[in-house]
Amino acid sequence: MSGTGAPLLEVTDLAKHYPITGGRTLRAVDGVSFTLGAGEVLGIVGESGSGKTTLGRTVLRLTAASAGTIRFRGEEITDYSRRRMRPVRRHMQLVFQDPYASLNPRMSVEQILAIPLQVHEPGLKRAERRDRIEAVLSTVGLFPEAASRYPHEFSGGQRQRVGIARALICNPALLVADEPVSALDVSVQAQVVNLLLDLRQRLGLAILFIAHDLAVVGLISDRVAVMYLGRIVEIAETTTLFARPRHPYTEALFSAVPDIGGRHDRILLQGDIPSPVSPPSGCPFRTRCPYAEAACAEALPPLVERAPGHFAACRRPELTLSSPLSPQPVSRFAADA
Amino acid sequence: MSDVLTVTDLAVRFTGEGGIVDAVEGVSFALKERETLAIVGESSSGKSVTALALMRLLGGPPNCVVRGQVTLRRQDGERLELLSLPEARMASIRGRDIGMIFQEPMTSLNPVQRVGAQIAEGLHAHERLSARAASDRAVSLLGHVGIPEPALRARAYPHQLSGGMRQRAMIAMALACRPRVLIADEPTTALDVTIQAQILELIRALQKETGMSVIFITHNLGVVAEVADRVLVMYAGQVVEDAPVATLLGRPLMPYSAGLIASVPRLDDVRRRGGRLAAIPGNVPDPRARPAGCTFHPRCAHARPDPCEAARPALEAAAPDHAVRCARWREIAA
Repeated sequence: MSGTGAPLLEVTDLAKHYPITGGRTLRAVDGVSFTLGAGEVLGIVGESGSGKTTLGRTVLRLTAASAGTIRFRGEEITDYSRRRMRPVRRHMQLVFQDPYASLNPRMSVEQILAIPLQVHEPGLKRAERRDRIEAVLSTVGLFPEAASRYPHEFSGGQRQRVGIARALICNPALLVADEPVSALDVSVQAQVVNLLLDLRQRLGLAILFIAHDLAVVGLISDRVAVMYLGRIVEIAETTTLFARPRHPYTEALFSAVPDIGGRHDRILLQGDIPSPVSPPSGCPFRTRCPYAEAACAEALPPLVERAPGHFAACRRPELTLSSPLSPQPVSRFAADA
Repeated sequence: MSDVLTVTDLAVRFTGEGGIVDAVEGVSFALKERETLAIVGESSSGKSVTALALMRLLGGPPNCVVRGQVTLRRQDGERLELLSLPEARMASIRGRDIGMIFQEPMTSLNPVQRVGAQIAEGLHAHERLSARAASDRAVSLLGHVGIPEPALRARAYPHQLSGGMRQRAMIAMALACRPRVLIADEPTTALDVTIQAQILELIRALQKETGMSVIFITHNLGVVAEVADRVLVMYAGQVVEDAPVATLLGRPLMPYSAGLIASVPRLDDVRRRGGRLAAIPGNVPDPRARPAGCTFHPRCAHARPDPCEAARPALEAAAPDHAVRCARWREIAA
């Protein structure tokens, strides 16, 4: 799906550091590089505290980068002022996690959707604006009558459709979706995942899909980046990553996912993700890694291309890691069917 | 195996300015010794209200009316009717015979009291331990649930612990008096998968060790597959299916259960990347205005005007250990 020529988004050595008390620094994002082609979906996964949300916000310039560069559609936007960012913003939009908190309860859906148009396309006539609102509502599967209603009149899934409509109304090239389905009920979550799948196909939208649900990420992403303590520790084409993870953290993440097919042997990680204020020396994952050796404490392993397009930051490339995909799906329930 | 807890025709009705909400209607089940019963449902299915009702943690009339029967069989064989017990007696049951853990430990722990003291409080109240003995037990319990440096953590306040550690502390507190029954209401929903795996493993190990029974409330069918022996599926305040876990996940009879199982994304779905999930159309009905007839019929592909819209189907036994609330289950299964 990746486009030809220059990528839509090119992030190089991006860092976001927050100074905290005692002269210390919280390195929320550190040394992150990746590209995203037009129409491509890149999934970002990792535990809470891995920096995935901060990465999304920094890429959108909602918070200033501490180091590194962000190039969007060939333009370096890293140090753009608010004013210079404004025309860029219509091409990069954000969908939030919580559809209850991200819509103004005192505005009708029409008012909510009109704001991006007023900002980015002020010349639009009233009738044109109404047409655009009606069109985007239909794109996200809502009826035209939804325009006159208020957020509280909708269910969670419908509200998330409104949030997606607001992001889409100015036809962006890039959508950053930060946990867009995790607040929804299971049966409704599937509807919104299907909507995102449709949109990417119909609109050729590039999506930075930030989520902790690996199964959803697997379904929707072309490539997946795995983050740990502010860094990308593995990035690869989705099926390759699932079929052959090359970083022990990726293996452990997959292994922890409870499977509806029944219990399986799993790699239980010890303890929590360390504090990003005082990350371990050397490989940041070594304190929880079942394969860590003394040498892992020495130096930060670089992200190395281990197969075409498959990068991993682990100094033990000889490891054979298990894949979450069973060779032929076996189920402890199959016997009984 | 004998039943530890029997729930018969439990119903909860809330009355407020918004009207009447029948949050739970006619829920019955028996929890066996050492069994893990999962209660599965989406928001407003009534799963959490069921748990709160049997712990008598809901308000009283006129705003909240709880009907039905909840019978607890204690270690010594004594049978207690929990819904008619005087409040003082009920307070001695909570935390001693039935322990409970909640979804977000940050909101269920006291933010201004040290973790160790919160655990010691229950031991002091129920087991009449001295303050010193109770606080020593609290430290050893924290160690038992896998908290490193328990003596140090016992002196910490909840905000100084990570989410996973707070949930471990909650579990230590719930299990302090070795309850016969543990009610776990979405205990891993707020946690990362890696931490969720640790907590599920911990609950399993403690259950094996103490022989307690567990009611595990969740919306996550993957978690159900991991922990449950038996599953109750709830929808719009009622039990719509009740079966052993393998039967429920392998051969569900109620279209809602089948739809819920099909809509769960799985890691194996990466093989059909870009393919759609089998979503259930529509939304969970508003509890103030539930559809007539079968509450699931507006979202059900198998629904027919007759009988589905005509009358609320009864919970029927499809097999000795399998109950289903669907008027057409025989035709659909055929």
